[in-house]
Amino acid sequence: MQYFVQQMVNGLTLGSIYGLIAIGYTMVYGIIGMINFAHGDIFMLGAFIALIVFLILSSIFVSVHVVLFLLVMMVVAMVMTSLYNWTIEKVAYRPLRGSFRLAPLITAIGMSIALSNFVQVTQGPRNKPIPPMVSTVYNVNGISISLKQIIIVVVTVALLALFWYLVNKTSLGRAQRACEQDRKMAALLGIDVDRTISITFVMGAALAAVAGTLFLMYYGVVAFSDGFVPGVKAFTAAVLGGIGSLPGAMLGGLMIGFIESMWSAYFSIDYKDVAAFSILAIVLIFLPSGILGRPEVEKV
Amino acid sequence: MANIAQAMRDETATPIQRGLKEALYAGAISFGLFFLFIGLRTDQNISNELILVPRWGLLAIVVGLVMIVRFVYVAYGQPFMARQKIVNVASGLLPDSVGTRFFRLPYFIAALAIAAALMIFAGSLDGIFGAGLAGYMRFFRALAIIYALASVLFYFRAFIHAHFSALGIGVLVIYPIFVVVALTLINGSVASGFQGSLKWVDNFGIQILIYVMLAWGLNIVVGLAGLLDLGYVAFYAVGAYAYALLATHLGWSFWILLPVAGFMAAFWGVMLGFPVLRLRGDYLAIVTLAFGEIIRLVLINWREVTNGAAGISGIPKVSFFGLMSFNVSDPNYIAKVLGIAQSGAYYKIFLYYLILALALLTAFVTIRLRRMPVGRAWEALREDEIACRSLGINTTTTKLTAFATGAMFGGFAGSFFAARQGFVSPESFVFLESAIILAIVVLGGMGSLVGIAVAAAVMIGGTEILREMEFLKVVFGPDFTPELYRMLLFGVAMVIVMLWKPRGFVGSREPTAFLHERKAISSSFTKEGHG
Repeated sequence: MQYFVQQMVNGLTLGSIYGLIAIGYTMVYGIIGMINFAHGDIFMLGAFIALIVFLILSSIFVSVHVVLFLLVMMVVAMVMTSLYNWTIEKVAYRPLRGSFRLAPLITAIGMSIALSNFVQVTQGPRNKPIPPMVSTVYNVNGISISLKQIIIVVVTVALLALFWYLVNKTSLGRAQRACEQDRKMAALLGIDVDRTISITFVMGAALAAVAGTLFLMYYGVVAFSDGFVPGVKAFTAAVLGGIGSLPGAMLGGLMIGFIESMWSAYFSIDYKDVAAFSILAIVLIFLPSGILGRPEVEKV
Repeated sequence: MANIAQAMRDETATPIQRGLKEALYAGAISFGLFFLFIGLRTDQNISNELILVPRWGLLAIVVGLVMIVRFVYVAYGQPFMARQKIVNVASGLLPDSVGTRFFRLPYFIAALAIAAALMIFAGSLDGIFGAGLAGYMRFFRALAIIYALASVLFYFRAFIHAHFSALGIGVLVIYPIFVVVALTLINGSVASGFQGSLKWVDNFGIQILIYVMLAWGLNIVVGLAGLLDLGYVAFYAVGAYAYALLATHLGWSFWILLPVAGFMAAFWGVMLGFPVLRLRGDYLAIVTLAFGEIIRLVLINWREVTNGAAGISGIPKVSFFGLMSFNVSDPNYIAKVLGIAQSGAYYKIFLYYLILALALLTAFVTIRLRRMPVGRAWEALREDEIACRSLGINTTTTKLTAFATGAMFGGFAGSFFAARQGFVSPESFVFLESAIILAIVVLGGMGSLVGIAVAAAVMIGGTEILREMEFLKVVFGPDFTPELYRMLLFGVAMVIVMLWKPRGFVGSREPTAFLHERKAISSSFTKEGHG
């Protein structure tokens, strides 16, 4: 039992990170119907920016409280990563908005390749380790819960609350939901569609940057190629939960996190990704539009 | 009101003013983007800790370049393109196109003269100009030759356009012979001609043709049937491992295993096809991606059979239809049978023709299938699935045949790949390969065989040629390694080509089935990839 709960805790941590990335995928998909393949690399950029900020900070200040450190890393990563995603949207996706469906997908894949190689060229291909930032571990009834895991879950919950407020209670969120339902009608009613889409990309990037910072804090290492696997997992999570649905993305992320940690605990660690992908395929056979997705109505 | 005032200001601003404004914006944004990544570099010091190395000079250069490019584009590029569309009042004609202005006969003759002169004095360049300047001279010579070749292509463009397929196949057939003859003439001996041809035939010819074949195979699934497949490389892997395992364990020959590998890949195509029959669009895309990853992960982890990440080596070579072999130790080694000098180039040239034949087979089958009921059903499925079902087409078998046929050609290409490398490992079958193949299909203009071949040549050949650009070292210093920038440029090129031609290189398609007369439809009226 203890072992099981321990794995639940690990799965929750992992799932929170996947969920944060998945929200970016699902929001962009909901509003412009495009798979933003570069989102995984946006996450990696966020982690890298956090790394560089960490190095700058630790070379200037010797002893500062670690929470302050994390906060600064997170905020800078959010701002810089948002700038990246904003620029990418403007340069690579917006000109193709009226074009056929695969065109933005291909530019997104191109951007993904370009971003990861840009980081490789400018920062070198090696793994970048940092000294552990937080190492406290609490022991509750034989279950070890590290402070890192608590931080991850708390930050995720806080961000989700903020995010929920933004999407459901503000005029910006209303504009986003309007664009999601019918972009043309929204434009006719005076909503600046371009601006709303830009903001959606910025929001997605900010969440990915937080996920990147948490990833860096949790694992203590990042490399230029780290965007792909979490990106694909998060995308899987978004599809599993029903792409376009925000609670679905978080749910899918948690599910993928649980499946992975349970599978590696009870079966084999080698096949954990195979398990996650197979469960995706099986779920989609029975629920072709994901768990919380709206079934697509075919119109003739 | 503010918006209107802003628009008025934009209207009255001269291009130079607008260019300056845009350049400032671009500079500010690129400074923000590159500040952390180019301005600082994370590096390990002696005690293995990460430290930051500032590179402010490089950052300034990059930001400056972005500003200059943006300024030139807004201040001169955009007005120039706008002028190209305005008819001259006096003559009633559009201005000369960029091409006709750029490729003038005097320029062509001058380029030829420069190239010839620099060719003749090639040996004494170092003596006359010194090593540094001579490097630039060679760079200049390469430019002159490229210009001359491009002019020839430009003058005969109508002819080339009319006979593109025949010319293309002709060029492909004589390509290895041409390379060997040309290198023999330059180097003065047949042996060195064969030796020097290795690189050109292998790295360029075979490499590009493998991608052409893979893209033509994927084209059946994506371009014809409209099913978005992000895991095509899985079938390539199945074919490669089928050949590698069966050939090393059972010792069967390539010619038996080629159909076997194709059959196995087709089987896996159907295995993938069944569960995804009900899925559409992006759900289909993610499941195919997951399928590709599952195959790769199984290849890595099923160590007893696949030898894990280390891969399988010592895969036997293809024989010349069992008559002659390409192993030096065999009694029927080709050089011994024919009584010629030993060379590794024979095998590469043979492989080149083999992959050319396989690729042409793919094209031939695609063209023939398009005229058959199943091909027409694919295209109908791509255009409208509901209409398709209403007309009584069995969408299940239609989708499954598309997956199986596409996968079969992937399997052929895979077994060829294993035979050519002599070594397979899961490293070769990552998602990036699927993405590159899909990109080639889309960049070529989905459904167009010629466009896809051109896209493969441009994208793969373009990145391969970076390895040859030694002269860039003269410009950027001896530490400069162009290969490092290969995938970066590939990604950027994907974006730029897509923005420039969103429909791909060949953007219109002709219907296979038609009433009374054949009318080309602009593909902007068709929808595709809805899955």
